[in-house]
Formats: sequence, structure tokens, C-alpha cells
Amino acid sequence: MSDRLTHGTPLRPPLLSLSGVHTHIGQYHILQGVDLDIPEGQLTMLLGRNGAGKTTTMRTIMGLWQPSRGEIRFDGAGLAGLPTPEIARRGIAYVPENMGIFGALTVQENMHLAARSGPMDSARLDWLFEVFPALKKFWKSPAGSLSGGQKQMLAIARAVIEPSRLLLIDEPTKGLAPAIVSALTGAILQLKSFGATILMVEQNFAMARAVGDTVAVMDDGRIVHRGLMADLAADKALQERLLGLSMDMHQ
Amino acid sequence: MSGSFESLLARLRGGDGARRSGLLLIVALMLLALAGVGSLPTWITLTLAGLAMGMMVFIMASGLTLVFGLMDVLNFGHGAFISLGAFVGVSVMAALGPWMESASLAVNLAAVLAGAIIGMVVTGLFGYVFERLVVMPVYGNHLKQILITMGGLIVVEQLIYVVWGPDAIPIPRPETLKGALTFGDVVLEKYRLLAVAVGLVIFATMTAVLTRTKIGLLVRAGVENSEMVESLGYPVTRLFIAVFIAGSALAGLGGVMWGLYEEVITAHMGMSVMVMVFIVVIIGGLGSVEGCFLGALLVGLMNNYVAYLAPKMALGSSILLMVVILMWRPEGLLPVAKGR
Ligand SMILES: Nc1ncnc2c1ncn2[C@@H]1O[C@H](COP(=O)(O)OP(=O)(O)O)[C@@H](O)[C@H]1O
Ligand SMILES: [Mg+2]
Repeated sequence: MSDRLTHGTPLRPPLLSLSGVHTHIGQYHILQGVDLDIPEGQLTMLLGRNGAGKTTTMRTIMGLWQPSRGEIRFDGAGLAGLPTPEIARRGIAYVPENMGIFGALTVQENMHLAARSGPMDSARLDWLFEVFPALKKFWKSPAGSLSGGQKQMLAIARAVIEPSRLLLIDEPTKGLAPAIVSALTGAILQLKSFGATILMVEQNFAMARAVGDTVAVMDDGRIVHRGLMADLAADKALQERLLGLSMDMHQ
Repeated sequence: MSGSFESLLARLRGGDGARRSGLLLIVALMLLALAGVGSLPTWITLTLAGLAMGMMVFIMASGLTLVFGLMDVLNFGHGAFISLGAFVGVSVMAALGPWMESASLAVNLAAVLAGAIIGMVVTGLFGYVFERLVVMPVYGNHLKQILITMGGLIVVEQLIYVVWGPDAIPIPRPETLKGALTFGDVVLEKYRLLAVAVGLVIFATMTAVLTRTKIGLLVRAGVENSEMVESLGYPVTRLFIAVFIAGSALAGLGGVMWGLYEEVITAHMGMSVMVMVFIVVIIGGLGSVEGCFLGALLVGLMNNYVAYLAPKMALGSSILLMVVILMWRPEGLLPVAKGR
């Protein structure tokens, strides 16, 4: 099974792997032994109903929550216990669920801070302006005045302006209009074509199937299914069992 | 062309509206006072006094609002830096007695500058120690922050008693800053003019740092969403320590200026100014330096106008002002949109 997941590169270790990760928030036991491998160069979709623990998984990877048990290995080294800025500097970029835009700063200033190691790479910036023209248009405007879709574009642009090894994107299409969703889908497909490794949470199944290579489904703080996105997309019964896509209405 | 129009609209939505209404409020207060006072020369004198007081309170309050905004830390010990700055600065100026008494403005200013700079360095260093020793252990716990920082304040006041003795120390202003410039009926106290000038320089410098330097942008970003700043690879605690030190040094500067303004210093002067400082921070919107500036001017002006019109009401009027502003804008004049 794991051979199939990594598309014929079975000897290559995953870029990121979580094993037996538990996370407590206050007295609540949220993650209850998460096992998850993110193969390099692929887009791993993390699916699951609301409250399953997807955001908590991402926050735990970023060090925004500390795991109480288990191991997180990134590129061969343990991450657990490291402070968030150090995790970011090792090459993990994060687009949080609420986008984390600095509204009082301009679009340009948001990007400037994201480009941590110096001036922005002009080739990357040109590419970003091409896929997200609104960024160029509102370059000098306060980011707080952008629309929801434009903010999401800025959040993603901010995560890719500095080269990183792994991109975490939490529900990028939440609350966005279909036209913007398809623009985002196009951008993510392009990122993939450049060889990016991505872990993405997405409720929009159409988008998930369009961009996902492998998929992990969470429920109640555990991974309950792992496989290829294409297999899940082709199997209606499995989808209903795992995600309750249409079942919820009847129960 | 539509692009620039849209970006103009975007700017208006991004806080310029609130900024403008804050300025309008100040203008309205000034006009109202002019009507109440009835005499233009008196009004000009009072307005200068109000602006001077506002600038000094701004200098003392600006660090506090950022300390709260960046890491949600309630520092009730901030007044300690005001008193300490005043005592250190005044000691320096006393040691430079001949410079203070010189008839040359430049020599006088050199003495004041020396007092201010040494006062700031000492309070800045002391702020670093205070942060590591008193504040760091209670990150994230408001109740403990209030209790332990108030404890720190009391300890500092006692230390001042030990070093400088229990009595109030008079501090005459330097020779050329005594008295006032008069233009017909208009009386402008020289020291107040200096205070306004210093306040404007500090505000301009802070604005430049916060809008044009990377560390300033990080501070503003951190006030909005510190987790995101960390997720981009920057340690917020280090920013916080830098802000705490700068804020302490500014409080020290404010203390020196306030001491010269009152012409006397006491160990608890910091604590008594803190009432006004807290009002200003709340009116301005927690975490907003610009709001703090507007709030300080409002409170300074209000205080002086009311002190003239109805002397017993001065402090009460600041509190009333705060209540009214909070009813109109519950988060203060220029609130920071928290994105956490
Ligand atoms: N800050 C928090 N405090 C307490 N419980 C939380 C907090 N954040 C998330 N949770 C709980 O953790 C569970 C998982 O949340 P989350 O990871 O956000 O789920 P998902 O992203 O899959 O919708 C939910 O039951 C949620 O209520
Ligand atoms: Mg979520």
C-alpha cells in the first residue's frame, strides 16, 4: 500500500511524518494518535468532517500546539518541542484557516515580511502577479480592505514567496465564490507542477479531487483512511462512509 | 484609473475614516472650548498647555499600548519607569547645575538632553530586567500580571525612597526655559513649547519606525496576529522584549519631562500619572500607537480646558471622555483588528 502511495519511489522516506501524535488543548484530548506521511513532491489532501482535528493537526505540525505524545519528523529531524519560528525556518510555510492576513499592513508589506531572507525574488513575484493579478492591483493598499478571495490569494502568495519545502494550506476555498475557487485551483495545480510538496485541508470535494494525489481522512482525532485521491474519487460508497457526503442529510 | 480609485476606496475602508473622526473630535473639542472660554488669547494658552500635557502622556503611554497589543501583557508597573526616569534624569540635571543655570539656551538644552538620555538608558536597561524577572514568568495570565507588576511598582517606589530619600525633590527648570513668551495677550510657556516639539519628534520617529522599518512592520503585524508572525519565522518574544525596552525608555523620558513640567518629583508620581496613561491607552484602542496619540491629545486638551472652566472637574472630565468614547466606539478610537 505505501508503495502505491509514493508512486513507485518506495525507498524515499516521506518528507514529513507524524506517528502516534496526541495533542491536548487545555483538558481536551483532540488528536488521539495521528499517523500521517507526506510524500515529497505530492499534494496530500486531509479530509474529514468539521471538528475532526484537521486544523489541530496543522497547528501541531507548526508548533502552535505542542503534541503531548508522539513524533513528528521533517526531513529526517524531529520537530516536536521546537518553537514555531524555528519550524518555519526549517522550511514549512503555513496558510491558516483564517488566513492570518495583517490587515493594517499593505499587500506589499505583508509580502515583504513573508520574504524573510531578503528582497523578494522577482521571478516568483512575477509569477504570483500573473496567477493572482489582484495582488498587483492592490499592492499598496491595506490588506484589510481586500475581499475574502483576494485575502486568500495574498495568504497563499505570502506562503510561497519565500522558498519552502512543505506548504500547509487549511481550507483555502472556505466561503469563496466559484470563480475564485477555480483561480485558486489553477494556482495550486501550477505550484504542483513546480514540484511543491503540499498538505491541504479542503471541504470542497471538487477542488480536492482536482488537485489531490493522496488522501488521508480524519475522524475524531485519528486518521481513519489513507489512499490515492483518485481511488476515493471513484468510490462513491467509500466517500459516503468516510465523509458522509450525502448521508448526513438522512441521519 | 479605476485601479487607483479602487485603491483609494480600499484606503478609506482601512482605517482612514476612524482616523479622520478622531481628528474631528479633537477639532470639535477645541471649538467647543473656544466657545466656553470666550477669550482667544486664554484659549491659545490653554490649548498649548493641553497639547503639551497630551504629548507627555503620549510619550509615557505609547510603549504600554504596544506591550499590551503584542503579547496581551497588562503592565501595571509601567509607572515605575516614569518615576525612575524622573529621578535619574533629575539627578543628572542637578549634577549639571551650572549648565542648568547658564543663560545660554544651548547649554540648558544640553543639560536637559543629558538628563533625558541617561534617564532613558537607565529605564531601558531596567525595563529589560523587569521584563525578564517580573513579566516573563506570567506571560498569558492577566490576573498574575496585574498582581506581580503592581508588586514590582511598589518595590521600585521603595527603592527610590532608599536611594533618593522620602521627600519630594524640587527641580527648577533651566534658566532659558523658565517663563513664557508673550505676544500681546497670548502667553506661551516656553517649557510647554519644548514639550510639544519633543512630543512631535517622538511621534514622528515612532511612526517612521513602525511604518518604514522591518522591525516596525513586524511589531504592527504582531499586534494583529502574533501567531502568524511566528509562522512566518520571526520570534515574537524577541520583538516583545525590544518593544518593552523601548517602551520603558520612553516612559523614563516622559518621567523626566513630567518632572520638569511639575517642577517637583516624588516616588509615586508615576503611579499618579498612570491614571491618565491608562485612560489614553483605552481611548486610543489597545495596541494602537496612532490611537494613543489622538487619545493623549484629547485627554490633555480636555484636562486643561476643564481645569480652567471648572477646576474641580479636570480628572473627572477625562473619565467622562473615556466613557463617552467607549459608548461611541467600544474598542477605542483606532482599534487593532485582532486576527487570532
Ligand atoms: N482552542 C481550542 N480550544 C478547545 N477546543 C478546541 C480548540 N480548537 C479546536 N478545538 C476542538 O478540537 C476539535 C478539532 O478541531 P479542529 O482541529 O479545528 O477541527 P477541523 O479543522 O477538522 O474542523 C474540535 O472538537 C474543536 O472543538
Ligand atoms: Mg479546521
